[in-house]
Amino acid sequence: MNHQVKRHTLSVLVENASGVLSQVSRLFSRKGYNIESLAVGTTDEPSISRITIEVMGDDLMVTQVMNQLRKLFPVHSVQRLDPDKSIRRELVMIKVKAETRESRNEIIQIANIFRASIIDVSSGSLTLAIIGSESKDEALENLLKEFGILELVRTGMVALERGEDTINADNKEKGEFNYSKNVL
Amino acid sequence: MKMRGAKVLLECLLEQGVDTIFGYPGGTILNIYDELELGGYSKQIRHILTSHEQGASHAADGYARSTGKVGVCFATSGPGATNLVTGIATAYMDSSPVVFVTCNVGETLIGRDSFQEVDITGISMPITKCNYLVKDVNQLADVVREAFAIARTGRPGPVLIDIAKNATSAETDFTPLPVSEHHNSGRLQTLISRSSHDLKASEPDQDDIDLLLSMIEESKQPLVLVGGGVIRSKGAVPEFRTFVETLNAPVASTMMGGGALPGNHALFTGMIGMHGTHASNLASAECDLLIAIGCRFSDRVATNAAHFAKNAKIVHIDVDRAEIDKNVLTDHHIIGDAKRVLELLNAKLPAHDYPQWKLRVFSRKELPIPHDARILLPNEVMETIQKVQNEAIIVTDVGQHQLWAAQYFHFNRPGQLITSGGFGTMGFGMGAAMGAKLGNPDQVVVHCTGDGCFRMNCHELSTIEHYDIPTITVIFNNHTLGMVRQWQTLIYCKRYSQTDLDRGPDFMKLAEAYGVGGARATNQEEFESVFRTAVESGKPWVIECTIPKDIKVHPMVSAGTPVTDFLLD
Repeated sequence: MNHQVKRHTLSVLVENASGVLSQVSRLFSRKGYNIESLAVGTTDEPSISRITIEVMGDDLMVTQVMNQLRKLFPVHSVQRLDPDKSIRRELVMIKVKAETRESRNEIIQIANIFRASIIDVSSGSLTLAIIGSESKDEALENLLKEFGILELVRTGMVALERGEDTINADNKEKGEFNYSKNVL
Repeated sequence: MKMRGAKVLLECLLEQGVDTIFGYPGGTILNIYDELELGGYSKQIRHILTSHEQGASHAADGYARSTGKVGVCFATSGPGATNLVTGIATAYMDSSPVVFVTCNVGETLIGRDSFQEVDITGISMPITKCNYLVKDVNQLADVVREAFAIARTGRPGPVLIDIAKNATSAETDFTPLPVSEHHNSGRLQTLISRSSHDLKASEPDQDDIDLLLSMIEESKQPLVLVGGGVIRSKGAVPEFRTFVETLNAPVASTMMGGGALPGNHALFTGMIGMHGTHASNLASAECDLLIAIGCRFSDRVATNAAHFAKNAKIVHIDVDRAEIDKNVLTDHHIIGDAKRVLELLNAKLPAHDYPQWKLRVFSRKELPIPHDARILLPNEVMETIQKVQNEAIIVTDVGQHQLWAAQYFHFNRPGQLITSGGFGTMGFGMGAAMGAKLGNPDQVVVHCTGDGCFRMNCHELSTIEHYDIPTITVIFNNHTLGMVRQWQTLIYCKRYSQTDLDRGPDFMKLAEAYGVGGARATNQEEFESVFRTAVESGKPWVIECTIPKDIKVHPMVSAGTPVTDFLLD
């Protein structure tokens, strides 16, 4: 069992009903773990929502929380996504001060390099939207700081497994629950 | 058939074979109480009106623990619902199947801080297996059927259904359906069809079973640890006894495992943990294989989780996979219902014997059992109850008397000990005894309590008297909160802060006021005489046993230290 603290991405399929999100988030707060990022939305099946949670912790803690999550009746499936075998993205919107033509031009150039889109312009500001993983977002954020960031908002990370594997595949949950057997 | 929600609920309870409800009416639940009379349901279902909702919650819990059936408890919105909270948490911690039904204000008033409105589904979220807020009468039957199934299957536990008042008066179509057909309809069918959520315990993995069998072959000093899971799993106890007798190894028990093996069985080492026997605690440190069945290594058992059974490979058998590696890291585990796992083990387990290991474990000297003819000692009370009523159901409150009951009484069957082991709820016993007696009218039910616990819910004597529920309450009166005082003596330099109970009322006058029998005992002879009188009378009794103030629960291990470091022995 690995006791190293690292970032884990959990994907949880739940019933799309009131109260379910607080049931899920409660299990993290109960153990004293702060959720780093959380994104919720309906899936292709409108009665099912998918929650993507990023949390810092060791393997034991994450396994515990996953087992607790699976006991909740509105929870259909819980999957830990391996960072090497999954794609993670988040949308960030950044409103930047742009009061002069020079600063506007410069911001637009930076946006182009990062493939960010300009989604709003006013006489004093530009609003950019960027989709990416956290390193790309951070680099853009750092460059924009010198112009003055007025506001910044993130959707929270969403993630999917690479390839044709899905969270619904039956065999996985049983496979995941095998840590302590390696101790022997 | 068209009928209003209140009637649907009661029809659903009849489907489930509910014969007893403990509850307390109020504004929002009035339609249901009205239907109880209007529809003639009170002829088929007995409703016990308690003095307080907490008493009702413990009574439903005691009924469930002692019968194995699902207990049912009603309360109204707001304070009625919050008064259940302690009872729900008590049932949750000890995996007791109870369905709590509360009603809330009407749908249009929800969220407006209306009179007697509270978000009870929010409050009870951490202490229920599952809960529901029903606003639409069309969903009511489906929810009730699912609630009962969830409460009783897998690892049992409490479920709460909160019904908005409008859903009790609105009409819907209701078709009765026998319980055996419930899994083919509605929400239950959907739930069962999901791959990730078996309602019932999953079938144990045969490879896991075989691995344990091979670990047993390698072991020279195995110890079995039995917990409440073996008591809750229906039919597990005979399989368990076959298993341990074939293995022929020492067996320790948690408090909740009391009765899995008869207390005087040759393989039984007694209770383990903070107040465990020398044999159990030392065996846990010396064994090379610990087979833990249906327990959760709480801090009262594994007082120091890192040191617990540190020389052993630990194998954990449990129905709930979230228990694995939660408190103590294990080397192997088997997920499944205790009965099924034990069946599979028994099918292949050859007979063993460990004469030297057993000699070592059972030759440990336990503390002498004291006797004094001039005064009454707690062990003498338990010995007398055992002598007069060996088969009595023992219900306890929480504290010193609870440990004395667990230590000195030999439980012979599952369900014979009813105690709040996990949550440690003072005041649990009076309600639970009432529930246990109603569920087992042919058994003698003895409620062991302390003077502190007795005060907490003694108003339920009025319920006991009114319905003529002949429980015998035995108060271990040491005029103090004994267990807290014991900690103050040993750990807090005898600073007895707020633990003296040097106050009234006179318990005999109280018993008289409530109309139940009352007697005092100050030595063993007196106790035996009044206890016999109480049993033979077939009436509810309160027996006050005056015991010395400073008798302690021996042995004792401090919280946080290994179970072998006895602070008191």
